[in-house]
Parts: sequence; structure tokens; C-alpha cells
Amino acid sequence: MYKLLLSWRYLRSRYIALASIISVTLGVATLIVVNSVMAGFTQEMHQRLHGILSDIVLESHNLDGFADPQWHMEQIRKICGDDIAGMTPVIHVPALMRIPFRGDFHTRQINLIGVDKTTYTEVSDFSQYLLHPGNQEKLSFLLREKGYAPGRNDFPPSGWVYRRVQAEYEKELARQQREMADVESSGDLPASNIAPPPDPYAPSIPSDSYGGESNPITSGDVFDPATEQNTGIILGIATCSIRGRDADGEVRDFYLCGPGDDVQVYFPNAGSSPKPVSTSLTVVDLYESKMSEYDATFAFMPIEKLQSLRGMFDPLTDTRYVTSIHMKLKPGADLNGVRDKLRAAFPSDQYPYRIETWRDLQGPLLAAVHMETTILNILLFLIIAVAGFGILATFFMIVVEKTRDIGILKALGAPSQGVMSIFLSYGVSLGAVGSGVGLVLGLLFVIYINKIAHGLELITGREVFDPTVYYFQEIPTSIQPTMVVGVMIGAVLIAVLASVLPALRAARLHPVAALRYE
Amino acid sequence: MDSFYGLAPRTSTRKQSAAGPHVTFPGDASESTASTKQQVLLSAHGVEKSYRKGKHVVPVLLGVDFEIAAGEFVSIVGQSGSGKSTLLHLLGTLDAPDQGEIHFEGRRIDNLPTSSRDLLRNQYFGMIFQFYHLLPELSALENVLIPSMIADGAFRYWRNRRQYRERAEHLLELVGLSHRLKHKPRELSGGEMQRAAIARALIAEPEVLLADEPTGNLDSKTGEEIMEILRTLNADQNLTIVMVTHDAAIASQADRIVRLAEGRVQAA
Repeated sequence: MYKLLLSWRYLRSRYIALASIISVTLGVATLIVVNSVMAGFTQEMHQRLHGILSDIVLESHNLDGFADPQWHMEQIRKICGDDIAGMTPVIHVPALMRIPFRGDFHTRQINLIGVDKTTYTEVSDFSQYLLHPGNQEKLSFLLREKGYAPGRNDFPPSGWVYRRVQAEYEKELARQQREMADVESSGDLPASNIAPPPDPYAPSIPSDSYGGESNPITSGDVFDPATEQNTGIILGIATCSIRGRDADGEVRDFYLCGPGDDVQVYFPNAGSSPKPVSTSLTVVDLYESKMSEYDATFAFMPIEKLQSLRGMFDPLTDTRYVTSIHMKLKPGADLNGVRDKLRAAFPSDQYPYRIETWRDLQGPLLAAVHMETTILNILLFLIIAVAGFGILATFFMIVVEKTRDIGILKALGAPSQGVMSIFLSYGVSLGAVGSGVGLVLGLLFVIYINKIAHGLELITGREVFDPTVYYFQEIPTSIQPTMVVGVMIGAVLIAVLASVLPALRAARLHPVAALRYE
Repeated sequence: MDSFYGLAPRTSTRKQSAAGPHVTFPGDASESTASTKQQVLLSAHGVEKSYRKGKHVVPVLLGVDFEIAAGEFVSIVGQSGSGKSTLLHLLGTLDAPDQGEIHFEGRRIDNLPTSSRDLLRNQYFGMIFQFYHLLPELSALENVLIPSMIADGAFRYWRNRRQYRERAEHLLELVGLSHRLKHKPRELSGGEMQRAAIARALIAEPEVLLADEPTGNLDSKTGEEIMEILRTLNADQNLTIVMVTHDAAIASQADRIVRLAEGRVQAA
């Protein structure tokens, strides 16, 4: 009883000790904040990586791919059909994209992906990241009338509405230019009988000099952009937009093209001596996964069209070629187990395939994040350990200060263990108070982190969380109960360990020497 | 004066039964009872004690023999450094002698295990000191209650807390401190602190009160008041008191004076 009473009284009357545990408080708070933010980032990243990549990818080393994906998928089903929730054939091919913009061309290097519009969305969360709500529900490579990116004010006009107006505008522009040319070529007099010269700007996309074809979906004698579209392509948002600040310092996306515009894409065809193939495609939607690596390189088009453009089929047997097969596993399936089974079934000395899980594919990135978290944790726990030494020193001081009290207690018959437990429970309660306050502070900080960041922006005028750098609108956080409990236990443990030595010293004090102590 | 201290008359049977678990030494009992007509309560036999100060060994006690009978009021006098406080600490098992034995109720106590000596100090000895030695964080009442808290575990203390509290308040009333129950030691005067210390020493109904210069830090009037309390306790409760002092006037108020010089008891 006296132990509790005295440690309580010491706690109430020794504010210097409370000061010594402020470092514990801060350590606990920072640990919780850092871990929550890192966990939030990691979770968000995992979700995105996993959403974009399917669970397991069987990939050909060869850009020409392998024949007969149907046979492969049957084999895979035979090997581990119980774990497979869905599969889709995919073609990956590096490509160049030219975006016409104000009479000029912007060239981008992209990773062109041929996807099967029905099965691909089952295997990954691909459709979730599309901007048109209709495409999020059911993927289509046809341009939609309107309704892209609802709720975004800086998104340019798009869809058929835009395409018609744009076609009208370009037609009018061409007409005026033709008139101008007529005037110039015939001196002052407009001469209607002179044939107009070829007009470089007449079609929205100049016809390709290397014999590239345009791919109108509705066939007609003349391609009319106001009513017809080419094969659809879905662009990663950063392939066709630039994020930056305007004159007022506001972050804005500046779009080179949007749904409804046509772009020119070049990629190698299949075969022993690849040659570039060029095609005009109509942007039908944009893709925003918020993973800058993907948003800046990915472009999706229908797999059948890509196969025919690249010549990835056997015209005699109509056997198709693909470069990879993506698989989605059933929930709870063993990711690495399935991968290993597939690797055993398709040994790399017989099949030129690479079989990887999404974790393998993003291994370096995930490992880097993991290591960052680990190192930060170690550093922050070192801070708490330093705080532990502070407690140790303070406790020694308190024991010295309380030497006479210890002598009195012993003279009154208190056993050594009793004296020791006064200081131990003092340490425990200090640790508990310190880490408890740290817990509350940390949790509050995490909960209000975006408001705090906003407040800091207002005060300092500098953006804490720059949306031009990160694709997150807000700082993602995730509070993990096991982490919080672990941090608390660690902090209390350090406080207890730091109070053990002084408590032992107190217990070993000789009562007579302690009583004489002035 | 009779009822001033109002404590129930001490019955020797109370502690006798409680002392059951102690180890008894049948050989010792006959020797101590033979020496005096009254029952010997506390005795020292050839006690030697020296202190180590750096390289030097300073002898303090060089074979002290003396006995205190139950109900006696003994004062130990001597010059500074004569070892009178050391002797009191040895009697109170706060320290162990280098040579010799301390006996209490006929049993040797200086070689008991630590836990038994803790129990002895808690239950059978009351101690008061020159510098009062109250715990500064606790109120007067809480200071008086500390020995009871030490004696009982948290749960048992909680169950008996009313009883203990009543007794502590009663004792504080007896020593004239009933108006200072909630005061911290720093808010009390020297005399008040010593009264609180006496109440603390009495809460466990001890057999012996060991007082180390109880008036040493007080002015003569306050010292006299403290002595009055001690004498009344001795007279009314038949409480055995061993008091160390260097003040001849104070010492003379005791039944018997033991003079300590050159590490030995001098003939009176």
C-alpha cells in the first residue's frame, strides 16, 4: 500500500521526472505518426501495385510472344485450377506515341498494352482507374458521348461532344487556309478554277508517309472525324498531361490531348526483322492509377487489334500470339506456392517464360519501402532508448534525494523488495504516463495530419505535401493496432529497464547510512 | 493524567502470542531472567562495532553489556562519538554488531534473517529520531499510518483502513496534533513533527520505544513537552523506553542512566 501511495506522491510532486519522460512521449508520438504514415503509403502503394498488376504474371522473354495462349491457360488450369480466379492474355510492347498539339507533335515513349476488354478487368482493378464512370463499370474502347472525369473542373472538354466541335473547327480552319493559299497563289484575284494545293493541316492527323493505315471503325469512303473514330486507346494520364503550377501557384493538370482526340502510335511488328508499324488511334479514356511510373508510360488498346497490327497470328491456323498471361488467384490462395508450381510446370530451360508474382515484380520498390520503415523504427527506438538514459539519470537523482526516506522506510520495517518496488512502480507509471500522452498526441496528429499539413502551409507559405510530386491528394495514413501496442510496450519496457538500476540501488541502501544522509 | 493517553493497558500476552513464530533459544531465557528481579526485555552482550572510514578502522563500541527491563525508562548518555546512537541502532536491528549479541525477550535477534528483523522493527520496536524523519510527501496522518501499510498488504490494509485510520487519529489526538492531520511535515513545527513521529512509533503498539535524541533539535520548552509525553507513556502504558541523549537534564528524567564512554558502559 505504501508503495503505491509513495510512488503516486513522487509522481505528483516530482515534475522534473515528468520532464525526463517528455522525450519518451515525443518518441512514442513520432513512432506512431511515422509508422502510420509509412503504413498508409505502403498500403496505398500495395493496393495500387496489386490493382494494376495481377497476382501472377507468366511472361515471355520474346517480344513476339508465344503461340496459343488458350493452350497455356488450359495447362495452368490443370496445374492449379483450384487457386485461379481468372486469367487473361496480354501483349506488352514498347511504342512511341505522337500527340498532335497546335500543329506540332509531342512525342512520348509508352508501354503499349493489348488487353482483352472482358477478361482483363476481371484479373486486375484496371477499370477502377479509368476516368469515365461508364468505363469503370464496363470497359469499352468506343468513345463515349460525354461525362468524362466527373467532378474535375480543369478537365478539358472531351467525348463525342468535343470531337464533333473539334472536327468542325478543323474543317473550317482547313477551308480558310485553302482560301488563303488560293489568294496567295493567284496574286490578288481569287480564282475559283485553280485546284487547291494539298493541305498539310486538313486532316487532324497527317497521313503517314510510311504507309501507315488509319483504322476507322465505321468504314466509309472518307474518314469523317465528326462521326467516326479510330480504334480506341486508353492513355495513362501522365502520358498526355503535364502537372505543374500556373501563374497563381495553383497546381493544375495541363492536357495535351483528351478523350476524343486522335494520336499516332508506332511500334515494332513481330517477326525476325521488326519494322515499325504506325497507326492512328482515338483516345477513348484516360487511366489514372496515381502510380506515376504507370501513369506516365501505360497505354491500353484492344488485344485483337494489336495482334493483327503486329502480325501476331498465324493466318493459316488463326493461332494467336501473346506476350504474357495474367492470373488472378482466389482469395486466400498461396501466392508463392502457385508461382512455384507454375515454375515447376514451365521450367525455364524448356520454356522461355518468366513467372513472377506481383510482389516479385515490384520487389525492389516494396523492399525499399520496407527497409525505410525498419530503419526509421530503429532510429526512433534509439531516441526512446536515449530517453531511457535520461530516466536513468533522473531516477538516480531521485533515489539520492530520497535516500533518507528510504532509510526511514527501512527503519519502520519496510523490506528491501518493498523499497525497490516503490521505484519500479514509479518507473512503470512514468513510462505509462509518458507513452500514454505520446499515444494520444500521436493518434491526434495522425488523425488530423492533413489539416495540420494544411495549417503549416498557411503559416509557412510552403507546401508540405506537394501534389505535383506525389499523386496522392492527401497524406495517406493507416493506424495499426499491433504497431501501437508494440510501441507502447517498448516504451514502457524502456522506462522500467531504466528504473531497475536506481531501484536496486535504493533497495541496497543501508538503513543507518541512509538515515545519517544529509 | 491517567486517561490522558487513554491507551488500553498493555498486556504482555498480546505480543507473547504474536511472537510465536520466532525462533526460541531455550538456553538464553534462564540466563537473562536470573540477572534482574524484573523481566529483561532487551539486552546487549559484549557488543563490539567499528566503522571503516577509508583505510582507517574506527572502533566505536568495544564490548557493551547492559540490560533493559520491561517497563523501564533508560537513557543512554555520552559524548559525541561515544557510540550511543550506534548502540541504539544495534538494539533496533538497524545495524548488526561485529561481535556480541542482542537479545529481545530472551531471544537473540541480531542474527535473524532480514525479513524477521524487518518484522521486528515494524511490530515490536517504535523509533523516533532527532530529525523526526517524517516522509515529506505525506501528511501527518499518512506518516502515522505508514507502519501499518508496511505491515499489511495493499488488500488487507484496504480492508482494515477505517480501523487503522481511527487508531492513527486517536494517537495524533493523544500527542496533541488532532488539528494537524492533513498537514505536510514542512507545514509543522519541530515539536509538532516530533509528536507526529511519536504517534507513528506507537501505531503498531510496540514493546520498546527507541528514541535517538528526541529533543536534540527542539528548544527546551518544546523538548520538555516531548519528555512529558514520553514519561507519561512510560508511566501509564508501562512502555519500555530507551532514549539516547547528550543532555544531562533530559537524561535525568529517566529511571536509569547508562553512561557510555570509550566504547564501554561506565559504572554509574
